[in-house]
Amino acid sequence: MTPFVKMTALAAPIPGRNLDTDQIIPARFLKFDRSGGYGQFLFHDLRFTPEGQERPEFILNREPYRHAKVLVTEENFGCGSSREGAVYALCDHGVRGVIGPSFGDIFYNNALKNGLVPVRLPEDIVASLRETLMATPGAEVEIDLEARIVRLPDGSSHELEIDPFWRECIMKGLDEIELTWSYMEDIRRFEDAYLKDIPWINR
Amino acid sequence: MANLPHSAAPRTMFDKVWDRHVIVARDEGPSLIYIDRDIIHEGSFHAFADMKRRGYSVRRPRQMFGTPDHYVPTTGREIGDAATAEIARMIRQFDENMDWGGIRSFRLRDPRQGIVHVVGPEQGITLPGLTIVCSDSHTSTHGALGAIAFGIGQSENMHVMATQTLWQARPKTMRISVSGTLARGVHAKDVILAIIGKIGAGGAGGHAIEYAGPAVRAMSIEQRLTICNMSIEAAARCGMVAPDDTTFQYLHGRPFAPSGEEWDRAVAQWRALPTDDGARFDTEVALEGHAIAPMVTWGTSPEDTAPITGHVPDPAGAPDAGRRESTAKALNYMGLTPGTPLADVAIDRVFIGSCTNSRLEDLRAAAEVLRGRKAVVPAMVVPGSTSVKRAAEAEGLDRVFREAGFEWRESGCSMCAAMNGDFVKPQERCASTSNRNFIGRQGPNARTHLMSPAMAAAAAVTGRLTDVRRLLN
Ligand code: SF4
Repeated sequence: MTPFVKMTALAAPIPGRNLDTDQIIPARFLKFDRSGGYGQFLFHDLRFTPEGQERPEFILNREPYRHAKVLVTEENFGCGSSREGAVYALCDHGVRGVIGPSFGDIFYNNALKNGLVPVRLPEDIVASLRETLMATPGAEVEIDLEARIVRLPDGSSHELEIDPFWRECIMKGLDEIELTWSYMEDIRRFEDAYLKDIPWINR
Repeated sequence: MANLPHSAAPRTMFDKVWDRHVIVARDEGPSLIYIDRDIIHEGSFHAFADMKRRGYSVRRPRQMFGTPDHYVPTTGREIGDAATAEIARMIRQFDENMDWGGIRSFRLRDPRQGIVHVVGPEQGITLPGLTIVCSDSHTSTHGALGAIAFGIGQSENMHVMATQTLWQARPKTMRISVSGTLARGVHAKDVILAIIGKIGAGGAGGHAIEYAGPAVRAMSIEQRLTICNMSIEAAARCGMVAPDDTTFQYLHGRPFAPSGEEWDRAVAQWRALPTDDGARFDTEVALEGHAIAPMVTWGTSPEDTAPITGHVPDPAGAPDAGRRESTAKALNYMGLTPGTPLADVAIDRVFIGSCTNSRLEDLRAAAEVLRGRKAVVPAMVVPGSTSVKRAAEAEGLDRVFREAGFEWRESGCSMCAAMNGDFVKPQERCASTSNRNFIGRQGPNARTHLMSPAMAAAAAVTGRLTDVRRLLN
């Protein structure tokens, strides 16, 4: 995982309430190995016609938004299927942050594990940010994980609320499993006692 | 820290199960919790690839189970029946990963094969009080037996396979109480669609749901599984129903359930799980059971529900600009005109299946409507597991479906997610017992209306969305 400390980058508004992970990456692409990259599958059916042509109306097909590294979404973005492919597609496309009022739970967790920073901000702030980004193409957003602050094009700053545990993992590019290994003794102790109570789960 | 002191304060069922699994509680942030079971399907291949790359091994293979479902052919039980070579490769890769990890699995030709969320309860792998994960969002299904069960991604899946634990933040709790009794022709699917319609697709975000109240208590396990299955469609972390005698009767004698002296010990533990009187939930929601009508969805989110007696909504009537736009977009995709009575909407095809509604009782409910009638559109039944298929055949349900003109297929996810080559054609309108009416879910540009198996059967014989109560005598 690439460490993320802070970043100022172009942002694009992505329309749609309850935009589910089936739309972020349609199921038929989930068969592929990650080694070929998942960026080409991002929002595939929203981005391309069935013939494979870019749909000019889709925002990530327009300049300058196609270079966006931050997406600004509507409520419940990434709901639905647990497919981590949705996060792979975003990351491989170069997206490093997603700002929205709320996210699908599993999507949010998957993002944290891949160093994609999910930022929850109040609905009205996100709505006006999306308008600003439409009105001022090329506007940038700063995500500062170190200072736990998000700076918007209108100059306002907002607290970036993120669990300190995940913040540290992302800033160091650390995988939480490294930390888990250090608790192996606790895990074994727990397990010994626990499995005596519930021996039938281990047959 | 392994044994947290049991506080005297009344606790919810969720709290009891959670507390029992906490290995490390930190002052802030996620706790390290013990995971009892991880269920694997073909899509888990990323996690295996990661494990191999890092040189990890599966720590406790006895606590893992695998079954292929998403990619399996429903026309036959040979890998060669797979729709494409790539799909066949997914099934083969699954078998290889199971061998590599030493994980017990119910493969394509195994009589125990089926959809992960049908197989778990059916085999007694799913038990009250356990923590269960699977890299699939509908893992919430298993909570119907009183387990904490939730979907995870592939990174988390790898973490569980390697350590048997997971870092998780404790969710808030929500109780959804359904009072009274359900009317004839109204099923568990109608109840959960009514709930999601009421609280919204984001309504239970950050919460663990407990379904309670007389209408839920009166439900069979299969009905409770349907309800818990769709918890994720309201954005919940998981859904649960308190274990009771119905649960114990269901589990007794299942292959992986405890037996003999262990059974008695287990039941004694399980009886202590239900929420204590006076325990507080962060959020409470109440519905009147008798007021629920058979439901259908009209849009592209499971929150887009209406009783079958209703109409296609008018975007102009939406509460805010955002909803106006999303309603208009949904209707455009669905090819529906505002104000149309839902019972006038003609359909092109029917799918009965998926982890929501493919169990024996679901098939019985559909067959009851179909007996002596004929489908007027293409229709198929995909049983949730090979055991369900055989049990249905033993009582002659396959004949009822076939005589009504339905295709009777082998078990798997099939047209629910259209990953195995079974799909709904572009612009086709499908009456489906699955759980997601998302854009493109059943195939590019496919239009999905979610409903109960009885309602899907009614739609099949009339060729339109239909109030099943009209067909019951
Ligand atoms: S039946 Fe559908 S929802 Fe259920 S596990 Fe399979 S694809 Fe997912």
